[in-house]
Amino acid sequence: MHTLVNRWLMQGWFKPTLFLLCLLPAIWLVFGAVTDNLGANPAEALLRATGDWTLRALCLVLCVTPLRTVSGLTALARTRRMLGLFVYFYAVLHLLAYSWFDMGFEVADIAKDIAKRPFILVGFAGFVLLTPLALTSFNRAIKALGARRWQALHRLVYAVAVLAVLHFFWMRAGKNNFAEVAVYALILGALLGWRLQRRLRGGLLLDWLRSRFGRQIERPRLPAGREI
Amino acid sequence: MLIKSHADGFQHAVSSDITPHAVYNRRRELLKGLATLAAGSGLASWAERAAFAETRWGARPGKLAALGAQASKVAGAMSLDKVTPYKDASSYNNFYEFGTDKSDPAANAHTLKTTPWSVEIEGMVKKPGKFALEDLLKLSPMEERIYRLRCVEGWSMVIPWVGYSLAELIRKVEPLGSAKYVEFVSLADPKTMPFVGSRVLDWPYAEGLRLDEAMHPLTLLSFGMYGEVLPNQSGAPVRLVVPWKYGFKSGKSIVKIRFTDKQPGTAWNKAAANEYGFYSNVNPTVDHPRWSQASERRIGEDGLFAKKRPTQMFNGYEAQVGQLYAGMDLKKFF
Repeated sequence: MHTLVNRWLMQGWFKPTLFLLCLLPAIWLVFGAVTDNLGANPAEALLRATGDWTLRALCLVLCVTPLRTVSGLTALARTRRMLGLFVYFYAVLHLLAYSWFDMGFEVADIAKDIAKRPFILVGFAGFVLLTPLALTSFNRAIKALGARRWQALHRLVYAVAVLAVLHFFWMRAGKNNFAEVAVYALILGALLGWRLQRRLRGGLLLDWLRSRFGRQIERPRLPAGREI
Repeated sequence: MLIKSHADGFQHAVSSDITPHAVYNRRRELLKGLATLAAGSGLASWAERAAFAETRWGARPGKLAALGAQASKVAGAMSLDKVTPYKDASSYNNFYEFGTDKSDPAANAHTLKTTPWSVEIEGMVKKPGKFALEDLLKLSPMEERIYRLRCVEGWSMVIPWVGYSLAELIRKVEPLGSAKYVEFVSLADPKTMPFVGSRVLDWPYAEGLRLDEAMHPLTLLSFGMYGEVLPNQSGAPVRLVVPWKYGFKSGKSIVKIRFTDKQPGTAWNKAAANEYGFYSNVNPTVDHPRWSQASERRIGEDGLFAKKRPTQMFNGYEAQVGQLYAGMDLKKFF
């Protein structure tokens, strides 16, 4: 079963199918806008939906490594770049919807708005942090940076996840309506928590335990090729 | 300065921007003329019949019981703005007792029981008591009023309401000299309103006005819209409409009106005092802490790519209500 799924993930059609699946929400929104099916306030509907899909894509891409590690489905690694770029894709659409529908592309107004409203600032900061990740997503950039530096840079996505939840939280704070925010916070919190816990178990926590209880605790070795 | 410019506070539309009333009133004739040219006499006579059957805002939606009314003669009560389609006005609502999403009230409010209904009048009045809805409906002749509605969230609509000035009711119950404020309490029935009990706001929803605001002829006690009784999601069977204030000041499904000498606590002010003031007059120069109030999107009219339209001081009712706030610092009393 395990190898079957892995082989399946390696098939040539897998990535194009995933690509189309990830594109589906965008196609759906464009279709809705053209056919006037987005309700009484289509601008707001587009703005909210692109924000929602950015968050969802972020949850998906942060699932890849935990899922791969826990399940041993190594081929999942092949989806990480594409999913990451879809986070950026929906973030760009979200920013575009805001700049266009809300701000009429008035650069001065946008700058003022970013400075004035913390929740816009936080969202914009998240977008800014995502940009270098998207720009260094191709193989030559990885080579040029070196794997370690590249990886360090791409850990920025954890900060983006925190900013994204904060942005959403602040946006909903006016109506004290946190049910949906809690769902995303829980998912992203679990995904980041899993990484933190691995890191602590593999390092800090163990060092601390060893300093207290002596040397009888062995430091476990991570299996080769499984970074945190 | 003798010569007024945009720099010294002159922000009203210049007269050349405004379509002359006579031309505006003839717009149907102009359209009909075009129809005649384009489609010949057969179609034109059809267009004429259709034009006669319609009101200023189109045909009655035909969803609910009719509620007849005469066009209001109150100054400022008949906006010439294009009226929002009924479909949008009845599907995009804030009525948190039925959910926080704009589509929730239309989906959930069918459970609201609007008969029997009565409104309790209490507090500092000579004649307190309970008014049955039937009696309220007969209390004064029904008027149609076409008001702009500006939501604090930055969108707006234009709605043909049916009702009469709240002042008619207030005069009947004779407020005491000590009464300075009026509180409006909405129904909070957890059995029929699924989101009463959610922690978004304190229930019941309560709003308030200064007595002089409540007595202003534009303050409407409304029972209907688009020539029919109110749909549940719009605050059936009786609600308040205060057109120069953000929409949340206009309480829905009202069960109690209380006269008091102290400024009453209001729902959104209690939830976030720094964001929603007691007055909450529409004011493009005082921003909400989290967004600008300088412009608004007109639902159903301003297309996806249209620029938002500038918001007007007191939602365009400055001439009628500006004097209520003479000398007040509107930045402080937002």
